[in-house]
Amino acid sequence: MKTAFTVLRKDLLLELRTLETLPAMALFSISTFVIFHFGLNQDTIHGQLAAGVLTATLLFAGILGVNRLFVAEREQGGFDAFLLAPVDRSSLLLAKATALFLFLVALEVIAVPAFGVLLLGPPLGPRLPSLIVVLALADLGIAVIGTLVSALAVQTRARDVIGPVMGLPLLIPALIATARAIGPLLGTVGPGSLPGKWLLILALYDLVFALVAYAVFDFLLED
Amino acid sequence: MPTYGKGLRGLSILTFVTIAVALILVFFYVPLDATQGFIQKIFYIHVPLAIVSLCGFVFGGVLAVMHLRTGDRRYDLRSYVAIHMALIFGVAALLAGSIWAKASWGHWWVWNDPTLVSYLIVLLMFATYTPLRFSIEDPERQARYASVFAIVGGAFVPLNFIAVRAAQEYVHPRVLTLTGSNLPGPMLLTFLVSLLGITLLYITLWKYEMAAKNTRIQMRALRRRLLGDDDISPLQRSAAPSL
Repeated sequence: MKTAFTVLRKDLLLELRTLETLPAMALFSISTFVIFHFGLNQDTIHGQLAAGVLTATLLFAGILGVNRLFVAEREQGGFDAFLLAPVDRSSLLLAKATALFLFLVALEVIAVPAFGVLLLGPPLGPRLPSLIVVLALADLGIAVIGTLVSALAVQTRARDVIGPVMGLPLLIPALIATARAIGPLLGTVGPGSLPGKWLLILALYDLVFALVAYAVFDFLLED
Repeated sequence: MPTYGKGLRGLSILTFVTIAVALILVFFYVPLDATQGFIQKIFYIHVPLAIVSLCGFVFGGVLAVMHLRTGDRRYDLRSYVAIHMALIFGVAALLAGSIWAKASWGHWWVWNDPTLVSYLIVLLMFATYTPLRFSIEDPERQARYASVFAIVGGAFVPLNFIAVRAAQEYVHPRVLTLTGSNLPGPMLLTFLVSLLGITLLYITLWKYEMAAKNTRIQMRALRRRLLGDDDISPLQRSAAPSL
């Protein structure tokens, strides 16, 4: 636990000092909103369409973070150093997944209000609490699967390609659940109630992959 | 080292006979479907192919668990061949499903059929298995990473079906439910014989592929012993484990 905290602190400090990933993710998401505005030729969107645009944008912006997650470790020998240290290997999974989760939250702090201003028809304010619940669960899924995929892809030659190609199909069920849960929230008549079925599926998905990731992560570090 | 050739002849004959019987049943015994007519017969190929390929993916995942637990690289070879075969069966199932969709719903692709859609997602996911292997040079690491991928994929198959199934209204004719089958007798019999035939086909092809891969590996080892390391041509780049 302490190791995980140390690695997490290192990652956050690194991001704060270099600002390599987060600004890119935020800019990417805002550019994507502009692209959707022209692509769909709509000034405002609502309902399921808005949910789909928001989910897809956050997912693609998240993939940028996934791709960068282990790059420093690989380029500067962090993996070897971590293996040399007498610490539990799962703590790297915990630290990296938490870092990715925090990146995603930071991304959403910027992207969701931007979405509300740029594209969303109905006002964002009353819908925000339910939206936060859904997005938190979605972020958990993306963080766990993203960390696993990133650790798999970073050691391959074509890592920038392998990561997204492998990660996107894995995330499709989470994307379905997120988009369907957000859809009713963004309706024009007022925020609908949270669809429990989708939250349940999302939570189940997070749980299963957290367990799978915990079980297999050690094998990705062995050398 | 096992050769995988044992009993292969008997198994091949059994597979051939079962599939022949299944086809005879499909075309001459089972009555035409009341609403769909002749085209419904593709069901006896499409559904067994789909079931067998999904089981093949899960089988590959189980073998991958064995590989990581024992560290025996032969399990990685078995897992690779299992997933490889399942992918081929999966593409065939998708094509058959697409033909069926065109004939009965008028479109090559229907998004409101959850089974077809989840199938596509599973195939997209497993389609990255070979590129992943291909882009890792170190054979030991390749085996380990491929196994991790196979385990994640094996867990993904059922979850994906739950999510996609929940997302859509049910239009796929549901054949086998947890409470039992809702097929009339002759259709059920034909379906089960077809399922058995396709399962045997999968097992036979898996064994053939294993035997072929194994023979090639042993040949190489013998040549190396005979000619020395320098006279052996280097391995061609391949996603298959070389042991």
